[in-house]
Amino acid sequence: MKSLVRLASQVRYVNKAFWRNPAAAFFTFAFPLMFLVIFTSLLGHPTLHIGGRTIHYSTYYVAAMAAYAVIGACYSNIATSVTAQRDAGILKRTNGTPLPSGVYLGARVIHAMIIAVLLVVITAAFGRLAYSADIPTGMTLVRFLVALAVGSASFSALAFAITPAIPNADAAPAIINASIMPLLFISGIFIPFGNNAPNWIVWIARVFPVRHFAVGIQAGFLGTAFSWTDVLVVAAWGIGGLIVATRYFSWEPRR
Amino acid sequence: MVTNLTAMAAPPPSGGLPPSDAGVRSTGAPGSVAIEVTGLTKSYADVVAVAGLDLRIATGEIFALLGPNGAGKTTTVEILEGYRHRDGGRVAVLGHDPGRERKQLKPRIGIVLQSTGVDRYLTVAETIRMYASYYPHPRPVGEIVGLVGLSEKRDTRVLKLSGGQQRRLDVAIALAGDPDLLFLDEPTTGFDPSARREAWEIVRNLAALGKTVLLTTHYMDEAQYLADRVAVMAAGRIVASGTPEQIGGRHTEGVRIRFRVPAGTVLPDDLAGHATAEGAVELDPDDLSRTLHRLTGWSLDQGVELDQLEIIRKSLEDVYLELTGDTSVPEGVTPDGQVPAPASR
Repeated sequence: MKSLVRLASQVRYVNKAFWRNPAAAFFTFAFPLMFLVIFTSLLGHPTLHIGGRTIHYSTYYVAAMAAYAVIGACYSNIATSVTAQRDAGILKRTNGTPLPSGVYLGARVIHAMIIAVLLVVITAAFGRLAYSADIPTGMTLVRFLVALAVGSASFSALAFAITPAIPNADAAPAIINASIMPLLFISGIFIPFGNNAPNWIVWIARVFPVRHFAVGIQAGFLGTAFSWTDVLVVAAWGIGGLIVATRYFSWEPRR
Repeated sequence: MVTNLTAMAAPPPSGGLPPSDAGVRSTGAPGSVAIEVTGLTKSYADVVAVAGLDLRIATGEIFALLGPNGAGKTTTVEILEGYRHRDGGRVAVLGHDPGRERKQLKPRIGIVLQSTGVDRYLTVAETIRMYASYYPHPRPVGEIVGLVGLSEKRDTRVLKLSGGQQRRLDVAIALAGDPDLLFLDEPTTGFDPSARREAWEIVRNLAALGKTVLLTTHYMDEAQYLADRVAVMAAGRIVASGTPEQIGGRHTEGVRIRFRVPAGTVLPDDLAGHATAEGAVELDPDDLSRTLHRLTGWSLDQGVELDQLEIIRKSLEDVYLELTGDTSVPEGVTPDGQVPAPASR
């Protein structure tokens, strides 16, 4: 109980600091919508086939950008901010106080998950208004929320797992982008994947969590097939990330 | 040796020491022990950082650990804080082993690290309140900002604070949990002189609250001004310890009398001493008060004025340089090598 109170209080401080850096907050929210508009406008309104369904590019991108928003808020943002905090000595200072480390890091994860949900809601609302995208309801919504929760938690765990590979905050954007951008491309986030995507790309993408997560989110918006396997693969990556983070995460600046 | 001696304001002849309440505070309180270390060792790969260190700090004491970079100060302090594991030796901080009982220790200590940050977008009061909320018995935020002189900045965001103000916020955060023991690792490095003075006043305020303070520094004047006791570390060991006035035999060794007499004055043999390049006369007495008595007696008898009469003893800096074998002049020493006298308190 005491830990929950502390967690809630810590989330409030994280949230306060987040909104007081308006530039960072603005782009966290603007990016997915900006991409959504740009891609849809550039590529016109062709269709593609996923399973037995015909999907408009615009609605495809609503799902893809929702997935992208979650990965950005949970993976990229946490990895960047935690590395910066580690470099600035904030983590070390916190580690010298009685605050349990789980509460401190957990607060960042919960805050990122809240932002991720907010982003998905905004993207979905925008997609509904601008492109008449379908919004998940009923059981589809439940499955969608599970996929969303598992995905945001797993990408948060992976964010902590990547920080030991980042020597300093200056190197953070490069390393984080290098680790995620190729996966975003081969997982159909930026370039739509239908039934005729190249096999070798699909096979590589199957190893990593981004594709599985994107497919899970697609199922909510596009009415395509939902598979618990996708959720499980994402969860497995999350658990793997947690294990690596527990073993290698550092509270002190690396010199 | 002559160049190693630096002048201090002539102290009253009676004690030969500048007035200090510090010595009284440290020796007067037999009380409990805040930190006890015996035989502490720590190596990184094949580099020995701490090589068998013994240390005992009494409750309520301000203790300064001096030493050049690489002497093992920060490693020692970080072992005491629980950040590093030791290789060997016994360590008790407030009765707890920081290696095994860090959880019990954390609520009772405050730490100011050498370089450390806080979230830049929270205000001073929010930051302190946040850290205070981590502790079982925090100090009121208003009291803390007053103590570190940030009352007027309490609603200012951290990113708008000056460097000195941010360092004061560091101290404020360390005080948030009302700790019994405070670690200050080079608290004033990079400060301008007035900011340093302010920081010193804050540390003295802490002592008045009965806190035990372990301070590392390479500023001699800081140690002299603040500390009840100092220890000089070199190559992972403590090479000397004592009060700032007595360490390295400062109170007994190397005392020198310097004065000027009008040109052409003939001094008696026992007062002839040796002349300096600047035309002063220097004596190295075996018995300071006897020689001083003889000198001033002669001066009065003969009606010869002793111009610029002063008693010089080794500065803390001289002791430090002798002990550490460090020939470079440490930072923070004024250009003429003079260390401000503690009498200016």
